[in-house]
Amino acid sequence: MAKLLVADGLRKAFGQTPALDGASISVGAGEIVAVMGPSGSGKSTLLHCLAGITQPDAGKVRYEGRKLTEMTDRERSALRRGKFGFVFQFGQLVPELTCLENVALPLRMDRVRRREAERRATEWLERLEVTDVAGKRPGEVSGGQGQRVAVARALVANPRVIFADEPTGALDSLNGERVMRLLTQSARESHAAVVLVTHEARVASYSDREVVVRDGRVRDLTGASRG
Amino acid sequence: MAIAGGRDGWTRALLAAVAMGIGVAALLIATAVPGALDSRQDRIDARRPASSGDIRAPGDAPAAANTLLMTELFDAAFRDQAVYAALVRAVGPDAPLPPGVTRLPQPGEVIVSPALRDLLASKDGDLFAPRLEGARIAGTIGPAGLAGPGELAYYLGTDKLTLDNDQAVTAFGDTNTAEFSPILALLIVVISVVLLLPIAVLIGTAVRFGGERRDRRLAALRLVGADERMTRRVAAGEALATALLSLAAGAVFFLLGRQVVPLFTLWDVSLNAGDLSPSPLLALAVALAVPALAVAVTMVAMRGVVVEPLGVTRRAGTTRRRLWWRLILPLAGLAALYPLFGDIRSSTVDNRYQIAAGAILLLFGAVALLPWVIDLVVRRIRGGAVPWQLAVRRLQQDSATSARMVNGVAVAVAGTIGLQMLFAGVEGDFRTDTGADTSRADIIAQSTNGDGRELPRRLRAVPGVTSVASILQTTAIKADKPELFTLVFVADCAGLAEALVLERCADGDVFVAKPSGNVLGPYYAAAPGDQILLGADKQLAWTVPAHLREVPGRSDPGGFNRGTGLFITPGAVDTSRFGPLEGWVSLRTDPADPDAIERVRNAAAAVDQRTFVYRLSRVDEANRFVNVRRGLYIGALVTLLLVGASLLVGLLEHLRERRRLLAILVAMGTRRGTLLWSVVWQTVVPVVLGLALAVGFGLTLGAVLLRLVTVPIAVNWAVVGLSVALAAAVMTVVTLLSLPPLWRLTRPDGLRAE
Amino acid sequence: MSIGQTFLGLLESSPRHGYDLKRAYDERFGRTRPLPYGQVYATLSRLLKSGLVEVDSVEPGEGPERKRYAITEAGVTDVDRWLSHAEKPEPYLQSVLYTKVVLALLTDRPAADLLDTQTAEHLRLMRELTRRKDGGDLAEQLICDHALFHLEADLRWLELTAARLDELAREVRSHG
Ligand SMILES: Nc1ncnc2c1ncn2[C@@H]1O[C@H](COP(=O)(O)OP(=O)(O)OP(=O)(O)O)[C@@H](O)[C@H]1O
Ligand SMILES: [Mg+2]
Repeated sequence: MAKLLVADGLRKAFGQTPALDGASISVGAGEIVAVMGPSGSGKSTLLHCLAGITQPDAGKVRYEGRKLTEMTDRERSALRRGKFGFVFQFGQLVPELTCLENVALPLRMDRVRRREAERRATEWLERLEVTDVAGKRPGEVSGGQGQRVAVARALVANPRVIFADEPTGALDSLNGERVMRLLTQSARESHAAVVLVTHEARVASYSDREVVVRDGRVRDLTGASRG
Repeated sequence: MAIAGGRDGWTRALLAAVAMGIGVAALLIATAVPGALDSRQDRIDARRPASSGDIRAPGDAPAAANTLLMTELFDAAFRDQAVYAALVRAVGPDAPLPPGVTRLPQPGEVIVSPALRDLLASKDGDLFAPRLEGARIAGTIGPAGLAGPGELAYYLGTDKLTLDNDQAVTAFGDTNTAEFSPILALLIVVISVVLLLPIAVLIGTAVRFGGERRDRRLAALRLVGADERMTRRVAAGEALATALLSLAAGAVFFLLGRQVVPLFTLWDVSLNAGDLSPSPLLALAVALAVPALAVAVTMVAMRGVVVEPLGVTRRAGTTRRRLWWRLILPLAGLAALYPLFGDIRSSTVDNRYQIAAGAILLLFGAVALLPWVIDLVVRRIRGGAVPWQLAVRRLQQDSATSARMVNGVAVAVAGTIGLQMLFAGVEGDFRTDTGADTSRADIIAQSTNGDGRELPRRLRAVPGVTSVASILQTTAIKADKPELFTLVFVADCAGLAEALVLERCADGDVFVAKPSGNVLGPYYAAAPGDQILLGADKQLAWTVPAHLREVPGRSDPGGFNRGTGLFITPGAVDTSRFGPLEGWVSLRTDPADPDAIERVRNAAAAVDQRTFVYRLSRVDEANRFVNVRRGLYIGALVTLLLVGASLLVGLLEHLRERRRLLAILVAMGTRRGTLLWSVVWQTVVPVVLGLALAVGFGLTLGAVLLRLVTVPIAVNWAVVGLSVALAAAVMTVVTLLSLPPLWRLTRPDGLRAE
Repeated sequence: MSIGQTFLGLLESSPRHGYDLKRAYDERFGRTRPLPYGQVYATLSRLLKSGLVEVDSVEPGEGPERKRYAITEAGVTDVDRWLSHAEKPEPYLQSVLYTKVVLALLTDRPAADLLDTQTAEHLRLMRELTRRKDGGDLAEQLICDHALFHLEADLRWLELTAARLDELAREVRSHG
């Protein structure tokens, strides 16, 4: 499989605390990779580096062969806007916007006309089975609905990679499963890769492959420890 | 219990306490300023000679050992700052000491204020030193002898003072403080309202800092079993604790601010730190009112939310804002002011409180109406670019918070506009046109003592002086009728042209001018052939020549029409025997050389210390009025800055509460410009609406106030523009200052928050 | 549960008598159910026969059994294979896994790898079950969920053990 996103030898320390200590990982196009590991092992930091949100202290991240680590802030920002989608644990929807407007937001930021953006957003709300909350504000919907809206938002601009950091962390298992099912299904349908940070095995089992982050390094579970 | 809530709770409490503390400090300063100005006035009074105007008449008892000869140079100034200057000469060993002075200067010595000492030591010292005739600095004036720490003052010892010419002083201390007129009283009431109301509003706003987080915490309390009454009590307790903290902070700020005060001199006013001490009663009122206000505001705010165990719902979001009760306040204000229409000037009863109440209610109307107006405008807005959409939605969701942010500014601007209109209206009561023509000359120098012939010569040589016209003056009596006086002026044609309308003039000409009416008083207009007596002892006889021409007089550049007198060119008579002549010199200086006037002062002082030198201005404002106006300018500026500071704190608090969301939006690849603009719009929209409302209310207040003093209503759009521009500038600065933190908050660290 | 491999593992650290072997086993793994002597000797003779252990020495003396057993090359290889091979994920696997971890620690093999391998195997099965669940009807889903939850419990245990590996190693070693 052609590798879409490749990170090599990432190091990142916050003050004295090393968060990543030579982590390497690669993600193929359309591949769903679960990143597991104990709390504080550096999963989120890894995700932030992969997505170009944080710059690592050392090491490289390549997306389609282009070095993220050498791009300007503006370029990385544009890349995240255009090619990546994000789902976080909570609090990612803009509270003043309706759910529909929230989903349309990435398109609007890409200068899609409002009507068109909202039409496409509506489609995504349908796919994620949350049409009924379109006109509500995030404060008025349940956690599961909110996460599904967030998934819709992550997918609406047709990204190549979805970064999800504990997307079901605040949900009960039934809702969590539903979100995961819809997330992975939709990602597969649109051939988007998913980097899924989670510490729950049941969530990870929606992936194609798991890696474990331990002490700032990525280990492939299927044998050889790497990095 | 009250401030429990971990680090965030503390941050919130501190933030609110600091913001409120600023307000408290401002209130304390406001209560202290009248006292401070009083003690300043007391010190000024205390250094006035007790028996002013006591020039000895021939035949008086001989000067005693306890006499000090003293001449105060009332026009002394350095650049824009007034200088208190006095020439002194002790007649005997027991001559009184002015306050703050421990030893009288001997001739050739000078006692200076610390500020003057510093000035002399600085590189600008050379611009002042010549006035002191090279005197040795023999000591400094203590604080008791100075209006304020920044005052420039000196007592110059000189032996040129004489018992015949100068004031004989045996004691210091004089009180003749003028009473405030009813209109001045009205102005002061309105100024106080206009300056203090925004600060009250500011405190009310600061109480609510971090309210959202507080509500969440209360929700957590409900989860562990607190009922609604209890949460309310906790909230009240928190508000109270914060208020007490803010009183402490306010006291500290006040004490700190007081230490800084002596460093500044604004419009000649500088104060000692010790001058600023609040009156105990008012300070007590502040100490009681602030906690009460804090609790009241919190309770009102809590009415708008339902704290449930699992979260907080806002009632305000769902109900539409009703207009009627918001109109009650301004209407009540108008109702309070209406009965006073037209009779303030002649009023004898004390209606200050009625005026204050009316003005407060009217201005509070702006505060009450603002959320409604924001709602009304913003509700209809749809579409637009992303930043605009984000901002508008935010405003739609919670117009009250945004309204609160600009309340203070709106009140300040409305008040300032109203006040300025009142000022413009009553200005005529206090300002007099000097008639000065600054296009002909910008400085006048006038010798008052001794001979003025030297003056124009010296001034002509001063660098920076571009043109000089001078007239020398003396008096003459009619030889055959000694009770008749005439003024005699000697000048070349150019000098005479400043006082007369001359069609032609040559050296040797003699002119006479008569007043238009027939009011001559003791003066008489000379006619050809008249014999007049001139000179110090009126011994020099001179016959008015036959070629005397009558010409009309005109105002000199200082606005003074000499009216009547005999005008002689030097070629007509040998003026050297006229005895001492008073000199009057009008000067034009290079506008690019603002220090020229200082050199003129130096040159004039070299001729005679008592030479008046003053810059011409078109209008002259009564001193009291000038003081009040100064107070207003200082206050309006300080108020706006305070409101701006609190606004900044509020804005930062708001950003801090949303840091996670901001970080997530940035992670999604949102352009920072988008976020930036959304914050900008989010402030600009309420500010624009607030200012519009403020202009409306300000004009209303101004119109009403003008009705009180029966002055025709006229809007000074320059003033409106200036107030609005000033507020807009403050808001712009605040917005700009909030951008760097916004930048920092949009870093990925924010993803970790909570 | 493979007593044979457990014995091999125990013997790898040092040769032991049958009696010592039983005591070591009971101490670490057989707390509730001590190993009967009969099974000890039966197992040993099976291992002897397949060449995985050998008799190290025979001591003269009274008792019925004075033989000391030691592990052979083949025996070490067998332990290796056993430890690195993931167990088929199934409920109530912990005791086997626990034994494996302890033995790995005793024999200075990388216990963390063992846990990883097992984790990967569990996850693989879970992935499979999740796929099946996606396609299946409700009954199928419920059955899959049952298995998933159990496997998840195992995984939690694996995770917990991984986190406490150092602690366990210290304890195991101090028992000699
Ligand atoms: N912005 C930061 N400032 C300081 N330390 C940080 C920061 N971000 C991460 N760390 C530290 O780096 C280490 C790894 O953090 P990270 O958030 O990546 O862990 P994680 O695997 O995502 O944990 P969790 O499962 O709890 O989310 C931790 O020790 C954490 O304290
Ligand atoms: Mg994390």
